[in-house]
Amino acid sequence: MTQYDVRKIRQDFPILDEKIRGKDLVYLDNAATCQKPQAVIDSIVNLYSHDYANVHRGVHTLSVRSTDKFEGARTKVKDFINAASEKEIIFVKGATEAINLVAQTYGKANIKPGDEIIITAMEHHSNIVPWQILCEQTGAVLRVAPINLQGELIYDEFEKLLGDKTRLISVVHMSNALGTINPVKKIIAAARAKGIPVLLDGAQAVPHMTVDVRDLDCDFYAFSGHKLYGPTGVGVLYGKQALLEAMPPYQGGGDMIRKVTFEETEYNVLPYKFEAGTPEIAGVVGLGAAIDYLNAIGMDKIAAYEAELLAYATEKARQIKGLRIIGEAEHKGAILSFVLDKIHPHDIGTMLDSLGIAIRAGHHCAMPVMDFYKVPATARASFAMYNTIQEIDVLMNGIESLIEVFG
Amino acid sequence: MFDDLRDLYQEVIFDHNRNPRNFRIIENADRKVEGFNPLCGDRLTLYLQMDGDVIADASFQGSGCAISTASVSLMTEIVKGKTEEEAEELFKKFHEMTTGKDENFNLETIGKLAVLAGVREYPARVKCATLAWHTLDAAIKNEQQAISTE
Ligand SMILES: Cc1ncc(COP(=O)(O)O)c(C=O)c1O
Repeated sequence: MTQYDVRKIRQDFPILDEKIRGKDLVYLDNAATCQKPQAVIDSIVNLYSHDYANVHRGVHTLSVRSTDKFEGARTKVKDFINAASEKEIIFVKGATEAINLVAQTYGKANIKPGDEIIITAMEHHSNIVPWQILCEQTGAVLRVAPINLQGELIYDEFEKLLGDKTRLISVVHMSNALGTINPVKKIIAAARAKGIPVLLDGAQAVPHMTVDVRDLDCDFYAFSGHKLYGPTGVGVLYGKQALLEAMPPYQGGGDMIRKVTFEETEYNVLPYKFEAGTPEIAGVVGLGAAIDYLNAIGMDKIAAYEAELLAYATEKARQIKGLRIIGEAEHKGAILSFVLDKIHPHDIGTMLDSLGIAIRAGHHCAMPVMDFYKVPATARASFAMYNTIQEIDVLMNGIESLIEVFG
Repeated sequence: MFDDLRDLYQEVIFDHNRNPRNFRIIENADRKVEGFNPLCGDRLTLYLQMDGDVIADASFQGSGCAISTASVSLMTEIVKGKTEEEAEELFKKFHEMTTGKDENFNLETIGKLAVLAGVREYPARVKCATLAWHTLDAAIKNEQQAISTE
């Protein structure tokens, strides 16, 4: 495919034909989770229909086939984010578990009382709470780099926080509440100069742009499969091999061991050391299929198309009286968070739903961001590769009509 | 354009949302309880002035969606002059109406509050309507701590 043919892409997503309350579905809640192309659905059906058995366990044919598909998906993930080796790709439940894993292994092993961990004021709760828990366990201190009213990290303030006590930086690559894309290369370069490891929460970034972990030079990268057009229940923690080797295991169980006696257990090699128990096999295989699907279209093309969608939506939104966009960073992904004068986001959500439009209304698991903007919640339209300019028109017309009705 | 929503957003609800009744602070209130719906961030503070076991005055402050604002506004109007027991009885009825468990629920028994019956069809919005009443329930039981719908 050379041209970006959104109509053809839409045909690959069966759910987009659903009618909601009698209207055509306009799905704009992609930051919460994306819909799945037929190829992903088929990959799961095919696995369970033809190739399914437990992985890494048996000599029988199905176990070998299942393992091949499972490990094949790991290679796809490795290539997708340009990691150096499959050993650096750890399958987890999602971005949340990936961050918790780092906190409870790397964190517990390396963070001491008085040490500092830096995050930003725009983090998802899943990149706040695991560090609060770690701080409670270790006596470390959580430092929060502030943002400005555009929703951008105030870089100078962030840099001031970097000190002798900083042991870890964990930053969102792209914010789910604001759409902001952080200057992660600059952050990593500054951290590197001081020998501080950096974790990037890439849950929102991976579906919207090409991510190259070696080019970024991050130490850890976390994301979820379900926001990348893949199944729920699977996510990825990327970690630099040397760091992962030195880290203690996360959970104990089958698969993560090489030899067990009651006196002593020898842990398995990477990445299995961090994958205790039977993994989400079908989820991993489905994630591999999602990556194949995205590669066939091209992440750069997707990013360019979504930039057009966002620019169009932003321009339209600015013309609506009483609408305030929350998050106007210069560098931004395809998310439009907004509030309306005197109309609560929850009412916006219900009203738009009656028109078949799915948006999110709430705090987006980023309550500190809501506090910063002094709003209880926002309405959020988040775009994906299959959304169209026409759908944005439907959204904007819907918003204008509901403003009228509320009067 | 929003014909499907007429049951949920009745004119009375828009009216109470635009001009909430008893939207004020009662200085030295006998009871003051906060209600919070963490899902949508709705927050309200309910004030009660008691005369024995009769609710002499009720008011509120806070911000929320149209459903929750209309619900608390209507509630403060309706419970004024009622005894605690009568108010609790209303809460029970309101709860039955909004959760829709009783198919034969008679809307005539609940007066003005019937305008909120539409939330039955919108499970995601039931808590918006009941936040006010849960807060009142806490106030009557004299629980001074903040209450939450979760
Ligand atoms: C920025 C960000 N980080 C982390 C997460 C957590 O992802 P999950 O719930 O899939 O673990 C999300 C999901 O909403 C997110 O948007």
